[in-house]
Amino acid sequence: MKSFHLTASVLAIAASASMAQAREQIRIVGSSTVFPYTQAVAEEFANQGGASPVVESTGTGGGMQIFCAGIGADYPDITGASRAMKKSEYELCAQNGVTDITEALIGYDGLAIAVSRASEIDWDLSLEQVYKALATKVPVDGTLVDNPYKMWSDIDASLPATAILAYGPPPTSGTRDAFVELAMQAGCEETDYAKKLEEAGDEAAYDKFVEEDCSRMRQDGLFVEAGENDNLIVQRLEADPTAVGIFGYSFLFENLDNLKDVKINGVEATQATIASFDYPISRPLFFYVKNAHRGVIPGLAEFIETYAAEEALGAGGYLEERGLVVLGEAELATLQDTLKNAVNMTAPEK
Amino acid sequence: MTDIPPPSPSGTGFDWSSAEYREHVRKRRRSELWLRMAGIVSISLALGFLALMLVSLTVTGYKAFTQTHVTIDVPISAETVDAEDIFGSNWRRIIQGAVASQFPDLTGPALRAAGDILSDGAQFRVRDRVVADPSLIGTVVSFLVPVSDPFDQLNKGSIDRNTPESNRRVTDAQIAAFDTLVAQDRISTPFNWGMFTNADSRFPELAGLKGAFIGSFYLLLVCFAIALPVGIGAAIYLEEFAPKNRISDLIEVNINNLAAVPSVVFGLLALAVFLNWFGLTRGSPLVGGLTLALMSLPTIIIATRASLKAVPPSIREAALGVGASRQQVVFQHVLPLAMPGIMTGTIIAMAQAIGETAPLLLIGMNAFMTSAPSTPFDSATTLPTQIFIWADSPERGFVSRTSAAILVLLGILVMMNGMAIWLRRRFERKW
Repeated sequence: MKSFHLTASVLAIAASASMAQAREQIRIVGSSTVFPYTQAVAEEFANQGGASPVVESTGTGGGMQIFCAGIGADYPDITGASRAMKKSEYELCAQNGVTDITEALIGYDGLAIAVSRASEIDWDLSLEQVYKALATKVPVDGTLVDNPYKMWSDIDASLPATAILAYGPPPTSGTRDAFVELAMQAGCEETDYAKKLEEAGDEAAYDKFVEEDCSRMRQDGLFVEAGENDNLIVQRLEADPTAVGIFGYSFLFENLDNLKDVKINGVEATQATIASFDYPISRPLFFYVKNAHRGVIPGLAEFIETYAAEEALGAGGYLEERGLVVLGEAELATLQDTLKNAVNMTAPEK
Repeated sequence: MTDIPPPSPSGTGFDWSSAEYREHVRKRRRSELWLRMAGIVSISLALGFLALMLVSLTVTGYKAFTQTHVTIDVPISAETVDAEDIFGSNWRRIIQGAVASQFPDLTGPALRAAGDILSDGAQFRVRDRVVADPSLIGTVVSFLVPVSDPFDQLNKGSIDRNTPESNRRVTDAQIAAFDTLVAQDRISTPFNWGMFTNADSRFPELAGLKGAFIGSFYLLLVCFAIALPVGIGAAIYLEEFAPKNRISDLIEVNINNLAAVPSVVFGLLALAVFLNWFGLTRGSPLVGGLTLALMSLPTIIIATRASLKAVPPSIREAALGVGASRQQVVFQHVLPLAMPGIMTGTIIAMAQAIGETAPLLLIGMNAFMTSAPSTPFDSATTLPTQIFIWADSPERGFVSRTSAAILVLLGILVMMNGMAIWLRRRFERKW
């Protein structure tokens, strides 16, 4: 009991001391994909003489939870997201009094599938092939069965006769969500099985097929969850030339001397193809600003200005150097306008 | 247990020279040899793994202990630097001017590409120097600035010049420009002090551990200040005063169990109590220290109780016999004698705390910030969480920096454990 009292009193003193301080730094949470870009802007902002912002990588979903928890110095001012805010998250925000939010689409990110440069094969896959190689259940002769494919050549005779082995992100990662949605589900929609269900007009069965069966990665050891750390995947690929890896484009961009891209539908992942959506596995990146904090948290308005500046988000800016696929000129101008005037977002539809 | 040989068939006691018994003795020796060999194998396996870890860390990390620098002459003319607002002058342009005078043959994009050799932090280093000493305006100053990460990699041989140009981060033209600088003797590779004096940065060449050092220091301070008095107090009460009954047994069992609770559980507790309920600053060393104090308490209590128990009862009885009160016995006789053991336990608990990561990730101590915390109430990182952030960064330079930071952390741990051993050797008393 003695120890409890002591701890409690120490805590009480500490609590009053820390709460008495108003917050002088901007606090940012959110997606690990947006994190490196926000990091860059934060450093630039601090170098220009602003108070060094605190940037934390919590994942998109985790960031939304903290961001929407309330208004005031205890809650973050900005959250990054590798997908648009969901309706449920918007409602959570509204419930906690966070009503004035500006949505900023800052650019695009591609998910790269890559192999080691030591591999002599020139890879070119369709999304359907990616789905068939990596899903738990695939349709064979009109019925769904446990994935029987062990070699790429089992899927299509034109593919190389090497064993399927893929390293990818774990389910907690936003990259995984994006990969499932953009590659796996899109791939299974291309299968004859899905087309037949669609023609039959059996919507329930079609939805179940796409949303459930296509969204599960195989569990028999040929798809390896490599943790949140994309650098680990890069290192494993260098060690094993037959394996393919799935990660954010920026990691491919930084390691182009050791890794090469797997083409999807004949399109290589480059900044140009990702921005034009010619490369099929690409997604938009966002950050969300709590407008109630503008003018209250010192430097927030200036920070947003630094973020949206031409030197950062524009073509040739320092975020492009970091691997961000940047917006077009007109899009950027609209974004700068939206942020400057603190235009509130409307409720998302889903 | 011993195995007694069966009586001799002849019935005349033990015939040690018989073949049967000799075989028996051989068997015993053989099994002993096996045990010894198994022990040696286990130890060499453990040592082998340790050596493997150290070697692989050193091989990837040693390059981060040096950093390629370039000496560049920066003309700081009165036209480009606004004497009224030195800080706000266009320092990027001033650096570009310096690069242009370094490479008079280059123009346009080629010049900009050559400018990429310099770290982005160069302009701020020059700026801060001129702000501190405005008399530099109007002179040409020679600066030693870090080169950017791709060129650091190039200089250290991590980028192969033979790979096709499109597959590497530096172009042939940039390599040519870099080689000119090498030929002019402007490139040097001094010890990377920046790794200890800079805070975190998104540029590997500028990133350092200063913020993490200070964060870890504050965290240990808070942890020590709370865990030591509370731990010793609890141990003294339990060992010297508490009646031995069911309740004290229950407490003892619980403390031992608490020592085995996974550390991440303390992180969840801290998230719920310190952050959400008390509203302390997310990611501050204060919260981290409180969390790790909870985690170290059982270790300290158990170590303290063990050292109190090791003080012979005769000391207590003698003190009581000459009229000391229980409190005097504890504070004047028992505690001083138990102190070396307590300090050893505490240092080991602190060493555990400095390497702890999981609970700190939950309370947001893995945030990126480019300045070191000035008080324990500011957000901060610690050494292990800094390693975590670096390990996750895409830039090549962070791979070696991660290993280097791990080596630094290991060095600190070895120092702390060494201190614990020294304290034990120096002050331990045998009864």
